[in-house]
Amino acid sequence: MSWKRKHLLDIESLTADEIHTVLDTARAFKAVSARAIKKVPALRGKTVVNLFIEPSTRTRISFELAAQRLTADIVNFTAEASSLKKGETLKDTARNLEALNADIIIIRHSATGAPHFLARFLNASVINAGDGAHEHPTQALLDTFTILEKKGRIAGLNVTILGDILYSRVARSNIWALLKLGARVTLCGPATLVPKVFEQMGCRVSYNVEEAIADADIINLLRIQHERQRQTMFPSLNEYISLFGLNRKRLALIKPDALIMHPGPINRGVEIDSEIADCHRSVILEQVTNGLAVRMAVLFLVNGGKGPQEIGAA
Amino acid sequence: MNSLLLAGGRVIDPASRFDAVADLLVSDGKIAAIGEGASAQKFADLERVDVSGLVVCPGLIDLHVHLREPGQSAKETIATGTAAAARGGFTSIVCMPNTSPTIDNPGTVVLIHEKAEREGLVNVYVTGAISKNIDGKEMAPIGSLKQAGVVAITDDGHCVQDNELMRRALEYAKMFDLPVMDHCQDYSLVTDGVMHEGYWSTALGLRGWPAAGEEMIVARNILLAELTGTRVHCQHLSTAGSVQLLREARKRGVPISGEACPHHFVLTDAAIAGSEKFWATDGQGIFGSGSGSAPMCPAWPSYDTNFKMNPPLRSARDREAILEGLVDGTLEILGSDHAPHCDYEKEVEFDYAPFGITGLETELALSLMQLYHTKRLGLADLIAKFTVAPARLLGLPKGVLRPGADGDVTVFDPDREWTFEREQTASKSYNSPFYGWWLRGKAVMTVVGGKVVWREREAEVTV
Repeated sequence: MSWKRKHLLDIESLTADEIHTVLDTARAFKAVSARAIKKVPALRGKTVVNLFIEPSTRTRISFELAAQRLTADIVNFTAEASSLKKGETLKDTARNLEALNADIIIIRHSATGAPHFLARFLNASVINAGDGAHEHPTQALLDTFTILEKKGRIAGLNVTILGDILYSRVARSNIWALLKLGARVTLCGPATLVPKVFEQMGCRVSYNVEEAIADADIINLLRIQHERQRQTMFPSLNEYISLFGLNRKRLALIKPDALIMHPGPINRGVEIDSEIADCHRSVILEQVTNGLAVRMAVLFLVNGGKGPQEIGAA
Repeated sequence: MNSLLLAGGRVIDPASRFDAVADLLVSDGKIAAIGEGASAQKFADLERVDVSGLVVCPGLIDLHVHLREPGQSAKETIATGTAAAARGGFTSIVCMPNTSPTIDNPGTVVLIHEKAEREGLVNVYVTGAISKNIDGKEMAPIGSLKQAGVVAITDDGHCVQDNELMRRALEYAKMFDLPVMDHCQDYSLVTDGVMHEGYWSTALGLRGWPAAGEEMIVARNILLAELTGTRVHCQHLSTAGSVQLLREARKRGVPISGEACPHHFVLTDAAIAGSEKFWATDGQGIFGSGSGSAPMCPAWPSYDTNFKMNPPLRSARDREAILEGLVDGTLEILGSDHAPHCDYEKEVEFDYAPFGITGLETELALSLMQLYHTKRLGLADLIAKFTVAPARLLGLPKGVLRPGADGDVTVFDPDREWTFEREQTASKSYNSPFYGWWLRGKAVMTVVGGKVVWREREAEVTV
């Protein structure tokens, strides 16, 4: 197994083998994180830029810490502090960063396709940290990593993604990753947020939450993306909660060993009852921990790393 | 002066149903004779051009062009836009009013006419706005615009949402026999959509612009055309539903018409996912078996903003319906919606890029490839959609080769194989998705009022 890509732009273009390479590499890095000295010199002397054109806390911090663990220099660049507000184009901004010898540019952007656009003209590696409603590849990688760690396999599992699918980049990346790895994916939520067209991607679409979660091995909850939503997608938050929120009554219907996941940030009392978020079936915080290992793996691989076989020496 | 003998070409004039090998004489800027009367001319200083093997037809008309002047001359000027038209084989173009300021006042009309007279290579006709400042709130001074010489009114680029305003504008325009053209887009349905709503918008995570967002206004226009009796022309139709609505309405005798643009009947929304996805899906066999053996799979990346236009590229089913509409006559007119934008405006995130692509230099070839070379339409029927049909809609004294008519002639080679390259572009802008495309069919000479405004150089003629 060998990684050859310079960028990580989306999951859709990856093969199952490539996804496994990332997951295996992440596993090796997770072992590093358990050591007393958590830092390795894999990216020493390299410059990583967190180019966050859309606000983010957890993803940015996770990447920042991952780069630091790899001994890279990391610079945070956020839209508020940038020249973008002064009218500079994203292309010019990115080329300026490259002129400062950035080796890896991690981009989060509200505009779909922005990482693909950057990758066209930059020599630096580009990592997509979330582009509009398109993809959030490292989230899907850490989600599959977590599932694999807990369940020992992905193939044949029933995964239900519940919530706002239409506007969710986490959903799209997860759908591609899970399907490529052989899981069955069910999408559930209000019809306005889960259009039937998703079936063409290879998913099952359901509007009945009880039915959608009954056979699930994994329930991945997504929050309502208010910031991306047009006005009239559902009548009220209360109605959403009553129809689709994961509450104790619904929890009683699920398989005893089903896992509950959430990419965060959680809206307690909306998509998930507060007590469920903290219950033993919830792996939400483990997802965050695994995110660090996955992002170390991705940084390592796009910088020229080949796979987990190299980590021992790193 | 301005005289020319085009010898030995296949002269096709759809208006007079003439289609034969004949000589054509242009004298003092007018069509003087066709056939034997032309061949008999023996003026010593008459330029004689051998056009045997080529098609000679009335100068082509593009009724949908954004010339960007006044106010947006970084994108295009009357000089560069008309140069692109000449290169594409067009002798007359109709410019849209979404300039800066908009063409909602007679002064701007006069300005464009004067500038076109001085700097334009081809005839420029002007459209005026339906509403003041194209903002859909109050009626523009349509009567004054008519007096200043506009050939139609439209809010193109925008769409009057207020049905009452549209109804009154139609009634008012009828007084002057002024055709009303409409860019059909229901804002409340389309909201901030940037591409066709369907599988690809879902997979790519881009906001969808549903087909119904166009069809809603086409249906509105049909009802208002019936109510007012005013002819409404629906611009750049892109969906199967629009074609079907139009077909049924025309059958009932409603005064409604529509146009199609080559990008809508060549490309689909899959193109926004990149060339690999496009050629693997909707791109297969697009030019039929007539495309020969030439390599035909140019590459482009995903999210390429040169595939972003309004209305957007639709599904393969819509593309087929547009072609069917052109074949059965539901769509009578071809146009480019030539919409130049600067590189720096297009080289941005897909969401932020302006809608529109250039088209004057590729529309003849793409139309020939999708309609003539695929045997969907004969040459005369295709030429009619670029000549007599738009001339009739707008009441232009153009589009025919009758003796005494203006000496506007296009000579093209329907079989010429060529590749469209950036360097060949006469437009000021380069936002075309068709660079690097192998094309078949090309204008080789464009004659306006007896004057050759563009002629392909010998070096380019021998492929």
